[in-house]
Amino acid sequence: MSDMPQAGPVPQDTQTLTTDEKATASPPPAGGRKKAARSASLWSDAWYDLRRRPMFIFSLILIAILLVMSFWPSLFTSINPFDARTCELSTARQGPSSGHPFGRDSLGCDVFARTIYGAKNSIIIGVTTTVITALVGGLLGLIAGARGGLTDTITSRVTEVFFAIPSILGALLITATFRDASLGIWLVVIALSILAWPMTFRIMRAAVLTARGQDFVLAARALGASQARVMFKHLLPNAVAPVIVVATINLGGFIAAEAALSFLGVGVQSPDISWGLMIADARNRFLEAPLPLVFPAVFLSVTVLAFIMLGDAVRDALDPKLR
Amino acid sequence: MGRYIIRRLIQAIPVLLGATLFIFAIVFALPGDPVEALAGEKRLDPNIVAIIRDQYHLNDPLLLQYWYYISGVFLHGDFGKTFAGVSVSQLMAGKIQVTLNLALVALVMEAVIGVVLGLWAALRRGRATDTAILASTLLLISVPTLVTGFVLQLWLGVWLKQTVGFEVFPIAGATQGLKSYLLPGFVLAGTSIAYLTRLTRTSLVETLRSDYIRTATAKGLSRRRVVGRHGLRNALIPMVTYLGADLGALMGGAVITETIFNLPGIGLQLYQGVYLREQPIVVGIVTILVLVYIVANLVVDMLYAVLDPRIRYE
Amino acid sequence: MSKTSLDELPAEGGRGNGPLLDVDNLHVEFATRAGVVRAVNGVSYSLNPGETVAVLGESGSGKSVTAQAIMGILDVPPARIPQGEVRFHGTDLLKLSEEARTQVRGQRIAMIFQDALSALNPVFTVGWQISEMFRVHRGMSKRDGMKKAVELMDKVRIPAAKQRVNDYPHQFSGGMRQRIMIAMAIALDPEVLIADEPTTALDVTVQAQIMELLAELQRESNMGMILITHDLGVVADVADKIAVMYAGRIVENASVHDIYKAPAHPYTKGLLESIPRVDLKGHELYAIKGLPPNLLDMPTGCAFHPRCPYRQDDCVTDAPPLYEIGGTRNSACHYWREVLDGDQG
Repeated sequence: MSDMPQAGPVPQDTQTLTTDEKATASPPPAGGRKKAARSASLWSDAWYDLRRRPMFIFSLILIAILLVMSFWPSLFTSINPFDARTCELSTARQGPSSGHPFGRDSLGCDVFARTIYGAKNSIIIGVTTTVITALVGGLLGLIAGARGGLTDTITSRVTEVFFAIPSILGALLITATFRDASLGIWLVVIALSILAWPMTFRIMRAAVLTARGQDFVLAARALGASQARVMFKHLLPNAVAPVIVVATINLGGFIAAEAALSFLGVGVQSPDISWGLMIADARNRFLEAPLPLVFPAVFLSVTVLAFIMLGDAVRDALDPKLR
Repeated sequence: MGRYIIRRLIQAIPVLLGATLFIFAIVFALPGDPVEALAGEKRLDPNIVAIIRDQYHLNDPLLLQYWYYISGVFLHGDFGKTFAGVSVSQLMAGKIQVTLNLALVALVMEAVIGVVLGLWAALRRGRATDTAILASTLLLISVPTLVTGFVLQLWLGVWLKQTVGFEVFPIAGATQGLKSYLLPGFVLAGTSIAYLTRLTRTSLVETLRSDYIRTATAKGLSRRRVVGRHGLRNALIPMVTYLGADLGALMGGAVITETIFNLPGIGLQLYQGVYLREQPIVVGIVTILVLVYIVANLVVDMLYAVLDPRIRYE
Repeated sequence: MSKTSLDELPAEGGRGNGPLLDVDNLHVEFATRAGVVRAVNGVSYSLNPGETVAVLGESGSGKSVTAQAIMGILDVPPARIPQGEVRFHGTDLLKLSEEARTQVRGQRIAMIFQDALSALNPVFTVGWQISEMFRVHRGMSKRDGMKKAVELMDKVRIPAAKQRVNDYPHQFSGGMRQRIMIAMAIALDPEVLIADEPTTALDVTVQAQIMELLAELQRESNMGMILITHDLGVVADVADKIAVMYAGRIVENASVHDIYKAPAHPYTKGLLESIPRVDLKGHELYAIKGLPPNLLDMPTGCAFHPRCPYRQDDCVTDAPPLYEIGGTRNSACHYWREVLDGDQG
């Protein structure tokens, strides 16, 4: 009886029947194409679910605006903050005035223009770090989980070492040490990637281990599929969802971490622009002139919020159990 | 249980050595000569450079240097000297208390607020209260410490003081006892509060779905007893685990909070060490924070065994 | 809706007239995003003291949901009981206040579950969990409760009960854990015991021991037992009556003897024929063709018609009522006569 494919919406004979689980109600997959059908329906169900979430739509709109802001900042402001002539020291910390809606900072530069131009570094650092950690951690996790044995033992021990170092401290150490190496924002990306890849590794590995024990993988093995084929054709598609969820949520975290490092003076360096740097610059006279600090702070928060919301929405859609 | 504890202890050793070696290597494997970097524009007498290099074991291979350092740390509690000759241990001694106070205040706030909100949300799952609590955790997670720090400083520190006429929350320094730690403690705990709230909610919701909860109901127990005794006792396991492990993370996060609130802890000292390029201070402080982190995790493993008999009798 | 108070229930021992437990036209539905799932559609059966009713059906037939509705341990929402009554000594439990129901639950109607490992709380000792019944419902002290727990563990024949009372569930074998569940359920001498697939998770030899234990306990205390199972083999020795469920309805209701002799519903017949039998060794084992119905998209007419070898045109359009077939026997099949006579199609 247990070999019979469970007809989709027939309730289990227990209390586990809940509203959420019914979300994935779909016709029973045909026996032979079970795996393909299941992962396809996971994504199509998730997509169906996502499109109906205001949080998802809202975060996408915010992210779209941020992307435009990063690559075409001149659409938002006519002032080029990298041009020193736009700053006027005598007007330092002036409040909002016409043409300078956010006022001016401690050097008399336009806060609005700088805030707009600050988006670029946050987005670039956030996105590249996410991609690097997802690829490196994901690939290593896939290999460790799929091969097991010594490979797994060694990589797992190494990740434990990284887990023992609070990431902001580790990143601080790296950026502080190599800040003269003129790597620019890439130093931040490298530092954050070094500290964060074990997170993706662990999740990918766990997901692969779960998938590895499932019948269709055992069957593929038994039928003589090569290791690479099993890994990329069978294990990866079934393990990639949790990695995507965590990567999205981490993206927001990386942006916040960049701001923190820049604030501490070891992230993005002047004359380049970063919200963290702007906050650090404005902090000394913050109590008298809060605006130069408040605006980058608000942009920073909204940006992080956008990515965390996106991650939350994606997670809820892919893992409907715990809504 | 004894075997479990011993295994955890043994497992912690390579992690500890690996992490400290990583820190040490990053900072001291730098290209260039730290002594000359320290001297800056001045030209030092080659003899003096040689003496200093010798004193700091800079001519030895990295692993040997590391060995000198780590054995000093564990055998004598000696974290080395700054390039100016001040003992790093002494520098940290008075300041670690401030950071510990801050982390503990944050931990207590996290535990109280996180658990209360999480339970409340779990018991009102799917209703307006739940949605409101989840939305506020989203906000807490999204707004970086950097921002909450300054915003609360301005709002609860300055604005409130002007409104009520006296200082409710000090915004800088650690001179007013517990009061000085309230605002920075909350700022430091912010993200953790949100995560603990979510974890508590998830954990209880999941527990309340398990079969033994159904059994407890079938035994004719009151809802209060089913949730409070059978549910909570099980949901507690991941919550306590998270809380314990978070102490180390909170101390690590103190560097931002202490910088914002000018609290003279090791976080602020770390910031200054970075600023002044005093590698021995930076390595010393990061090492001690990593040690705290590892020890906290070990304690959590023990607690875990106490709370979960399935682990205890493994 | 007026709530009946518990006082209307006769005290233990003072039996009212009529059956001990009477499930009457019970309906249970679940609100889900994909629509309303009608898990139980008008189920009725009754139970007398000392009697065992076996409720038979495959998963999804609604047999466990019915039991949970009787116990009052359904999650409401998403579950809902739109109509029906569950009369215990003549009092409709569904109309009782939650407080009054809590008094019935565990003390007068008790339940044991399929998987004792997940049904026992992993962080409390078994002694603690058994004695909780006495502490909470009888106000006993911890020590007296523990003494009672040991007695009960002896009674369900757990070896070295005294030494094992402070062990945790995961330290016991599957059969022993199920005995602990039973000890907990019979702690307060309930009048009704609902056993939900009590042996499904166990080895065959252990299954027999557990069924034997249940039968013995029942003889001693004269309690009524509802035995929920998908396994006809378990039923034969212990049950007095059998109610066969399919797609949330009872399709056949009869004494064990009648059912084994000649089933009156094609589904029951299929179930009987799919039991492996020694005397038919070498023959192909019969299997009911097709899948259990999708409760969100139920077949028209008789829910069993897509899988039924006796199907006629009217089965697709008219849902059969529960026909009376002499005495206390019922069958929900238009063609029960043909089934009874054994004429295939």
